[in-house]
Amino acid sequence: MSSKLNAKIPAGELEQKWTKYRSEVALVNPANKRSLEIIVVGSGLAGASAAATLAELGYKVKVFCFQDSPRRAHSIAAQGGINAAKNYQNDGDSVWRLFYDTIKGGDYRAREANVHRLAEVSTSIIDQCVAQGVPFAREYGGLLSNRSFGGTQVQRTFYAAGQTGQQLLLGAYSALERQVGLGNAQMYSRHEMMDVVMIDGKAKGIIARNMVTGELERHSGHAVLLCTGGYGNVFFLSTNAMGSNVTAAWKAHKRGAYFGNPCFTQIHPTCIPVSGDHQSKLTLMSESLRNDGRIWVPKKQGDTRKPNEIPEEERDYFLERRYPAFGNLVPRDVASRAAKERCDAGYGVGASKMAVYLDYASAIERYGKQQASKLGESNPTHERIIQLGKDVVKEKYGNLFDMYEKITDENPYEMPMRIYPAVHYTMGGLWVDYELMTTIPGLYALGEANFSDHGANRLGASALMQGLADGYFVIPYTIGSYLSSQIRDKAADINSPEFMAAEKETAELINKLMNIKGTKSVDHFHKRLGKIMWDKCGMARSKEGLQWAIDEIRKLQKEFWSDVRIPGTASGLNPELEKACRVADFLELGELMCLDALNREESCGGHFREEHQTEEGEAMRHDDTYMYVAAWEYKSTNNYELHKEELKYERIKPSQRNYK
Amino acid sequence: MEHKGMNLTLKVWRQQNANDKGKFVTYNVKDVSPDMSFLEMFDVLNEQLINTGDEPIAFDHDCREGICGMCSMYINGRAHGPMKGTTTCQLHMRSFKDGDTITVEPWRAKAFPVIKDLVVDRTSFDKIIASGGFVSVNTGNAQDANALPIPKDDADASFEAAACIGCGACVASCKNSSAMLFVSAKVSQFALLPQGQAERTDRVLNMVKTMDEAGFGNCTNTGSCEVECPKEISLANIARMNREYLMATLKK
Amino acid sequence: MTKFLTSSLGKKTVMALSGLFLCLFLLEHLYTNVHLFFGDGGKEFNEASHSMVHSILIRIIEVVLFLAIVVHVAQALLLTKENSDARPVKYAVDGTSKTSDWFSRNMLLTGSIIFFFIVVHLYNFFVPYRVTGHVVGPEEAMATGGETLAMEVAEALSNPIYAIIYLISVLLLAFHLNHGFQSAFQTLGINNQKYSKVWKMASVGFAVLIGVGFGAFPIFFQLAKYIGFDALNWNM
Repeated sequence: MSSKLNAKIPAGELEQKWTKYRSEVALVNPANKRSLEIIVVGSGLAGASAAATLAELGYKVKVFCFQDSPRRAHSIAAQGGINAAKNYQNDGDSVWRLFYDTIKGGDYRAREANVHRLAEVSTSIIDQCVAQGVPFAREYGGLLSNRSFGGTQVQRTFYAAGQTGQQLLLGAYSALERQVGLGNAQMYSRHEMMDVVMIDGKAKGIIARNMVTGELERHSGHAVLLCTGGYGNVFFLSTNAMGSNVTAAWKAHKRGAYFGNPCFTQIHPTCIPVSGDHQSKLTLMSESLRNDGRIWVPKKQGDTRKPNEIPEEERDYFLERRYPAFGNLVPRDVASRAAKERCDAGYGVGASKMAVYLDYASAIERYGKQQASKLGESNPTHERIIQLGKDVVKEKYGNLFDMYEKITDENPYEMPMRIYPAVHYTMGGLWVDYELMTTIPGLYALGEANFSDHGANRLGASALMQGLADGYFVIPYTIGSYLSSQIRDKAADINSPEFMAAEKETAELINKLMNIKGTKSVDHFHKRLGKIMWDKCGMARSKEGLQWAIDEIRKLQKEFWSDVRIPGTASGLNPELEKACRVADFLELGELMCLDALNREESCGGHFREEHQTEEGEAMRHDDTYMYVAAWEYKSTNNYELHKEELKYERIKPSQRNYK
Repeated sequence: MEHKGMNLTLKVWRQQNANDKGKFVTYNVKDVSPDMSFLEMFDVLNEQLINTGDEPIAFDHDCREGICGMCSMYINGRAHGPMKGTTTCQLHMRSFKDGDTITVEPWRAKAFPVIKDLVVDRTSFDKIIASGGFVSVNTGNAQDANALPIPKDDADASFEAAACIGCGACVASCKNSSAMLFVSAKVSQFALLPQGQAERTDRVLNMVKTMDEAGFGNCTNTGSCEVECPKEISLANIARMNREYLMATLKK
Repeated sequence: MTKFLTSSLGKKTVMALSGLFLCLFLLEHLYTNVHLFFGDGGKEFNEASHSMVHSILIRIIEVVLFLAIVVHVAQALLLTKENSDARPVKYAVDGTSKTSDWFSRNMLLTGSIIFFFIVVHLYNFFVPYRVTGHVVGPEEAMATGGETLAMEVAEALSNPIYAIIYLISVLLLAFHLNHGFQSAFQTLGINNQKYSKVWKMASVGFAVLIGVGFGAFPIFFQLAKYIGFDALNWNM
């Protein structure tokens, strides 16, 4: 237990904490806000919403993103929806239930107070987004539509077709651009944050690289908000965008911000499998497909027959077999591991043998029969039933089936889809207190970039909720607590020695990279790192594997720094240099993830240690010894110190998850 | 299922920076899998270039699942290539044949200056949004989300317009480099919703003004934009914006 | 108002309105021309033309008509210049043929040819009738035995070169209209997904009407010439 970690959780009853906090937190008067500058890095849901809201409040805001426009941030790719405890369906939902589901779904590794606050503000998010003109799906009566998601028992997910993330992001982006138009916010696109500048132990600005000109820029601010998303790209192949990276968070980490639970990554079970070595990224297909599809592999190892030629009795519906109560609807982590287990045992399908079937044949037949009887057709032919069934499936999942066909060139109405798990989200991130401040004063982390409210596993449709909660409704209040003490300070001088030194360090780093002039591309190293991480720190981890991985990663780090080749120059647009800077940080992060996974001698949520499972192969948590947030401090190269934030469950009694 | 690798000839626009004149350079790419996406084929080509000591081709891309709107290649005379309703990242090599020659150019428009190779500057789109593509509602001002029922048809139509990914294919494919489809999609999204009514008049006037200042051309209703739009945004939005603009002019 | 007229949408609106006005004129022109088919020696045609010349209203509209042509042409030139400037570097491979109609992309070309024809047309009929007085009204013709407009038309259209120029111009005009007519409604905002098919069909209909309508004259007069038929009097 470290004395350095103070989560600053307000005293009082759980339900009253946030209300009480808001009433008591220090305020900054409007005149002072005008002279306080805030740097926001990242323009996804968390960044754009925070930047817009803070600018509305009167702060001077500078926003940085590496893409050509803030609208491109990867929040845009979220498909399914956003949870909110609105209880519009009158099906018994409440703030408490959303809170409880999130804590339980996170396998009891999240902070009660934060999660409760998240559930509380969830309702305001929907109000705000609707007011902005976000076109959520609606019923014929004109009211908002909901669907159930991720196995919850209530319908609390709001959505906009399969493009919820896009619509929410465009809402936040519009709000941000409005502030840009009004002159309250300044946008720096095609800028990559390279370092945090620390003055007297506080974050006072950043060094950013203008990716078009290659120039390094010094920007000062009274506070710095990192809204830079997750680090799933450490695995090379993930559902993240190509540019998603850990650099901003990692640089902050190296300046003193602790990294929380780095090993907690979420592997999503329904992704389109890898088709070859050329693969650059993986594409997710909405979890909703598991509502009607049945997952199976052949009973015979290495069966090369086409799926349609394998008779029913020779198929192994392994999720239904192992988890009769939940069947194909077990949580993401459980479904992913089960698929991996079958493929590792040699039952995988497709060219790579690293895939399982997601079969809609029986759903098509079932829907076809229902539809026929609905239409009053008493004795329909089999063909007729199949046709009717396909129509129903098309209406429900047509866009997903089309996407699958576009990518794989296979018709999923005729042949089962092939799916395999893929890295999707990282629950870990910079450790933050109740105010979302990292262990560096003045440096905040929002959204997926912080170690977050999702514990060891995130529920579907909760990422969008958390990003917007942090940006719209949490940071605008909590930042006052710090900034109210900074009003006497002028913005830091960007010509101060600290700024100059930080810029010099970055320039040297870039120089060093450019001068290696080795023989292998950045992607070469990234792919190798990804393979190590996926094999040893992916869906299943073991002590041996992790130790091996740490050794290998350290070797890879050395090789990278002596043999990477970056063509071109640093002055101007150079995507290889950008990638190199990012991969250099992934190489260090990968090591820390393995260290964290090695340290956590239990299985919980997305973290599965082979040594800690029941006889049936289910995850075993050890609440007595590991009910804490692992917050890692960077000491020096390859040297990290663990600090623990004990998790106290005052209101919820942790229990072992069971889906049998 | 089994496909033979394809050999392709690529003619790619190379331009060192905004001031460089630029030229086409021809490359050969061998053993291209039909399952590759177009951008993955570029990854392979770039890897080749790096290994031979050349500078790889710069191109914009990010999500690679057809939603961020960052990828932007003009392939054989077509924005995002030959497939309907598809971004470059979702275009697969099976759309091409062994032995094909493929010409790849950046988006061409005065309002989208080339930064390097196939990368162009699309910040003029952001400026257009900043001039009116929003509802002025500060955080915390909202009423309950269901206090304002919106007919499903209106919400659906608004969503269809809002599905625009801001990639600029409309501008790239328009013979006049007009941004009407992009601007009209945003104008329509809000014109169709009750939330957008308060600023309806100013919104269209300001957005069109900013669009004109950015140097986009004028719409001549050829309809290329609708055909090339990866999200299949309808030309009807342009008619709606024209209507909105006329009405706004009459009012103000 | 200047803000509107100098905006991209304003300029387009001017194109649409002037274009539609010219469409109206075409209808009127066609209506008058149909009188040539009456087999009355051009009497009705001459009278219709004559009465129009002497109507104050028509004279005013005539001024507007000339203005409309000037505005339509000038604006077209301006827009084309702007549109060309909007893409300083052209594509090496232009695939617009796969995404749009040739005629929708070449309105300036078809328009220019049509404009050239209008000048010729005016020189042939408007100038002698209204300026030089070479062609006279029906009463004067009766009195002095001068040449009527109908005779002048018959003569011109019997000339195979003029007839071919006329036919080609009318054909291009039809295609120009096929794009321009529906395009005008789109520009004026009188369009949506439901109506766009209707406008497109109406546009085709209008183009066919104008094309076939005007195209019928040179064909009729040429045919008549070859079979020795007096086209104005319907006599062999």
